[in-house]
Amino acid sequence: MGGKGHQFYQQNPRCLRAAFRALRLPRAVPRGGNATATAPAQTKGAEAAPLAGGCGQGKFTLLRDTRTDGSFLVHHFLSFYLRAGCKVCFVALLQSFSHYSIVAQKLGVNLAAAKEQGQLVFLEGLKSCLDLLFGEEEQPGQPSPLQFLSGSSGELRALFDFVRVSLTPCAQASWKGPVLLVDDLSVLLSLGAAPVAVLDFIHYCRVSVCCQLQGNIVVLVHSSEDSEDEENELVVNSLCHHSDLILWAEGLATGFCKDVHGQIKIIKRLSLRQAAEQDQVQIYQYKIQDRNVTFFARGLSAAVL
Amino acid sequence: MLNQGRCTYVPALPRRSSTIDDLKIQLETILAALFDKQIHCKSRRDTASVMAAGGGVAVGTLLLIEEDKYGLYSNLLFKYFLAEGIVCGHDLFVASAKEHPDNILKELPAPLLDDTYRKELGDEAEVVNSEDFQDSMKIAWRYQNLPKIEASPTTYTKFGHYYDLSKKMPPELCQSVKWHSFYLHEESSFEPKMKAWNMNSGYARLLQSLQRIISQEGFDGSDPQKKQRNVLRIGIQSLGSVLWGDDVCCSDPPEDPHSLTKFLYVLRGLLRKSLSACIITVPSHLIQNKAIMERVTNLSDMVVGLESFIGSERETNPLYKDYHGLVHVHQIPRLNSLICDVSDTKDLAFRLKRKLFTIERLHLPPDLSDTVSRASKQDLAGSAKLLSSGCGAVATGNQHLDF
Repeated sequence: MGGKGHQFYQQNPRCLRAAFRALRLPRAVPRGGNATATAPAQTKGAEAAPLAGGCGQGKFTLLRDTRTDGSFLVHHFLSFYLRAGCKVCFVALLQSFSHYSIVAQKLGVNLAAAKEQGQLVFLEGLKSCLDLLFGEEEQPGQPSPLQFLSGSSGELRALFDFVRVSLTPCAQASWKGPVLLVDDLSVLLSLGAAPVAVLDFIHYCRVSVCCQLQGNIVVLVHSSEDSEDEENELVVNSLCHHSDLILWAEGLATGFCKDVHGQIKIIKRLSLRQAAEQDQVQIYQYKIQDRNVTFFARGLSAAVL
Repeated sequence: MLNQGRCTYVPALPRRSSTIDDLKIQLETILAALFDKQIHCKSRRDTASVMAAGGGVAVGTLLLIEEDKYGLYSNLLFKYFLAEGIVCGHDLFVASAKEHPDNILKELPAPLLDDTYRKELGDEAEVVNSEDFQDSMKIAWRYQNLPKIEASPTTYTKFGHYYDLSKKMPPELCQSVKWHSFYLHEESSFEPKMKAWNMNSGYARLLQSLQRIISQEGFDGSDPQKKQRNVLRIGIQSLGSVLWGDDVCCSDPPEDPHSLTKFLYVLRGLLRKSLSACIITVPSHLIQNKAIMERVTNLSDMVVGLESFIGSERETNPLYKDYHGLVHVHQIPRLNSLICDVSDTKDLAFRLKRKLFTIERLHLPPDLSDTVSRASKQDLAGSAKLLSSGCGAVATGNQHLDF
């Protein structure tokens, strides 16, 4: 068991440090950020170091989960971009505002304040769906973003218009690059949108946000190898081909473990930008705690060392 | 590891103790108990301690139960949920297309409001413990001090109530709470506004009715004058069955594959903005299109599947002789936190005793058969197949390691 090995590392901490240095885990800290917010960002950024790389401009990041819940990645990116001072448009389809707000507080970001200052534009899908179905007659100038629920066409044009309008830079505030965050895209298929409509929506968003505004997009999808949901798999596969960075959170193949909640595969799609380049794949395992997520190399969880 | 006569169950690895360990999860307390207020837990410890104590359905969330083949046990859980609502004084909303809600409420189990039943169970457990004390292990003495795997805990929690399935709830107790019913076949035809919803009319009517009750009775906080805020318990029976007008259970592909998922999404919105908790039973074994079940699972907070042994080969399987079925927990919610409380054990089984319905950790007794030391290859392969069903993925087929 772990008894002997544990004693060895206790007596030889230098060996432990050397082992980690050999793995060369990056210690990057998130770029940007206001002066007041960088202090807590330091410790939290170091924990999430593997995710901090690859946040250039005009990038499309795909968050994918299999056999587990990848929403911790959404929380991470939300607080990451808000701390970095970017303008964020968050399309939250599955959970309420208070859920994200409470988790963001634990990660050191105040969502309500960000919303008030105009840094965060929050679309609460559940609330806007209720307003659409049970509310009064809407004004003609302001169609609901989830218009497709009550219309016969499954087009997501209204949702795209909402995104475009909210991320258009306005004269007063000067936030750093715009970011679109979607949690999660698979819900749109459940609500009646056709897979082609969802892909069109993402395409229009990419042109508008990534190319024209030089912003980033982060999208969460669910997938599974033995899934029978063909429409979902179609959307996920298509998005995988177009992403610059894929973060794939998977449950462990060997089953449930208390100390290692899953494994994350970070795929940097270098082949997308330059031909004859190979995608870079890094695999880490992670454990989710109350206020942060710790990443470590495979087989080196704290429970084993 | 055998002991003289009495078998003590020994864990394969020493287990560290935690507050969530060693509890028999009494599902009537899980489903029955509720938080009294909105789920703004200050720390993860709050949720953990309540979940450890037998858990509950958090206010604002949805518990989906995948029915067993004949709907017997899921109906039982449904009734427990409603019965606990009556005992706690919560309002009820019962919706069904199969049975009239009045009849459902007449069939609820009677609560055991005095402490005599708890004392009985406590005495039983004490007797068991004192017997064990005299046996000390002679061969496996290293394991003497390890905690036993308890299928049933010795200390019961004060969360929730117990019910006697052999008696019905007295009608005066049922009348003490305010309850609303929705019986599909008695409802008036839908209003023209709902035509634009693109949803099955039965579901649309149910949503309309639910939204009306929530806003009229002030469960969504719309009435600031109301000082006493109560919780609404919503129970929907057999959603997705043919009786609701949805053909998702009888044809693949169904005529409108999105009705059920849209319903669940709108219901989720209603639950999140009001002080209510909902239980839904779905006949998932009839739904042929597995993609829909995956989407339904994603849109629910907690999903539990019941598999009863009636009519299957497992009824006669000696490994399962103490139980009536298995409980599969497919999904648990992450509420206001990055993590969710996952219990150590994934193998749960239920059994229906004369008065009580309990859910226990599934543990297999030691193999005391005559062939335990000299097993032929066919026997080993056969027993491997028997074990594989309840204990996760095990290599099937004739491949095995012969020790």
